[in-house]
Formats: sequence, structure tokens, C-alpha cells
Amino acid sequence: MEDTNTSHQVSYGIYILVWLGLVGLTLLTVSVAGLNLVSLTLVVALTIAIIKSLLVTNYFMHVRTDTRVFKVFIFVSLIMFLTLIILTFFDITFRTGGK
Amino acid sequence: MENDIAIEHSPIHRDDLGSKMGMWLFLFTELILFGGMFILYASYRYMHSDDFKVAAMRLDTTVGTINTIILLTSSLCAVLSIAALQKKQKLLSMYMLIFTIVLGGAFLINKYFEWSTKIHHGIYPRGPEMANFSDGEVLYYGLYFVMTGLHALHVIVGMIFLTFMLVFVAKDKLTYNNHQKLENAGLYWHLVDIIWIFLFPLFYLIH
Repeated sequence: MEDTNTSHQVSYGIYILVWLGLVGLTLLTVSVAGLNLVSLTLVVALTIAIIKSLLVTNYFMHVRTDTRVFKVFIFVSLIMFLTLIILTFFDITFRTGGK
Repeated sequence: MENDIAIEHSPIHRDDLGSKMGMWLFLFTELILFGGMFILYASYRYMHSDDFKVAAMRLDTTVGTINTIILLTSSLCAVLSIAALQKKQKLLSMYMLIFTIVLGGAFLINKYFEWSTKIHHGIYPRGPEMANFSDGEVLYYGLYFVMTGLHALHVIVGMIFLTFMLVFVAKDKLTYNNHQKLENAGLYWHLVDIIWIFLFPLFYLIH
């Protein structure tokens, strides 16, 4: 199909900026864990983790600039995984007695 | 014409888009592999949330943070390696690849020290110290060793994959307009990074 790869070129600077963002978010998530937010800690930590994953996926893995089919691929597989986890929790949260 | 060195026969048909799609499909199988374990973690944490907090206190957050930054930096180097190759900067590309692999090794060395400390204190599946743990703590450490262990195996595989790419770049088998294999290796490495991005807060930052 393609005999030469002329994929979208990104400058080094963007990658370094994304990396700085990732390191910053890492330090943020560690500091937030140090505050005593009880159950909110999990939500915040997971939100930051999702943002970091989006940065890695879109910029480092080039999904943002690639053809749209890859975004569709990822979307479908994430829906599948979310379905699994939600259905699992429908089960375990409504169990009574012996956990 | 570029790639004079490689031409001994008529050009071989390449399908870079297909190759990339194939790699992504493989990455989704990896997602399900680790995803299944994350679901197990979520379920047991839901059922034993206090025990999980207690168990997590024995992990060193500083080492975990350093390891996270090591992997993030290695991901940066991997993508810079591809960008350098696209810009025909072969030597820079190779240096970036070497640095990616070295950082992966640094991650593994840290993991080795973390694990050996635990094992030395009798904290391992069926270990003497774990016999005194509550059910929730036992589950936490079972998940900890399996998930970080499987992740470390993936780091090793990734390092081998990247080393092959390093050799290919050196031998001009991968060039500025023929580098899908290198991109695929990068994709695998980034997935390994993303898995750790979730492992880190879930095991180290439960407070």
C-alpha cells in the first residue's frame, strides 16, 4: 500500500513539552496523595493517570496526527474494557453477606 | 536515490499502515491481559479497602515516583529516536534508542531492589511474614508481585525489541522513510509506560 513512509513530522520541542507535562502531573499526583482527601484521593489519582495516558497516546504514540481509524480502534477497545469493569462491579457491589 | 545500500533486488511491497494496525491490535490484547488484573485489583480493593491501605504503606513512594519518571523519560527518548530518524539524524536516533534501553534497565534495577527488600523481610506469596497478614493484605501483595512482575517481563521484552531496532537503524535497514518497525517498537514501549502510569498510583499512593 505505501512504499515510503512520509508520516507527519513533529518537532522535538512538542515532545519535550509533553514530557514536562507528564513529569509535572506525576509530581502533582504524589503531592495530592500526601494530603488527606480520604476517598477523593482515588478519583483524583485516576483522573491524573487518565490525563497522562491521553498525553502519551496522543503525542508519543502519534494517535492525534494519525489517520482516524486508530482513534476508532482505541475507542472501541476502551468501551469493551469499561463494559467489563462496570458489569463486574454491578455484581460485587450488590453481593450481601460473605464477601 | 536514497537507500542505495539496501537495493539488491526489486523493491519489496510494504504496508506500513497495515503493520501499524497489526501492532495496535496486539496492544489491545495486552490491554485485556493487564485489564483483567486491574479489574481483580479493583474488586479486591473494594472488598478490603482498609487492608489495602495498610499493605500499601510498606511500599516506598519515592522509589515508585523515581521509577515513574524513569519510564516517562524513556518514552520521550523512544519518540525522539523516531523523530530523529525522520530528520535523517541517524546518530542522534541511535543515541536516543540506547538511552531508552538504559532507562528501562534502570527501572528494572530499582524493581530488583524493591522486590529483594520485600523478599528479604519474608514478604512474598507463602512467605513467613505474610503468614501474619490479614486476608486483604495477602491479596494486595499477591496482586503486587504478579502485576509488577508481569510488567517487568514486558519491560524486558521491550528492551530486547528496541535493541533489535537499534541494530536495524545502525545497519540502515531502517531509514528516514522506512521506519515502521521502529514506530511499532515505540508503540509497545509506550504501552508498557501507560500500564505503569496506572500501576503506580494504585499500589503506591493509597492513603
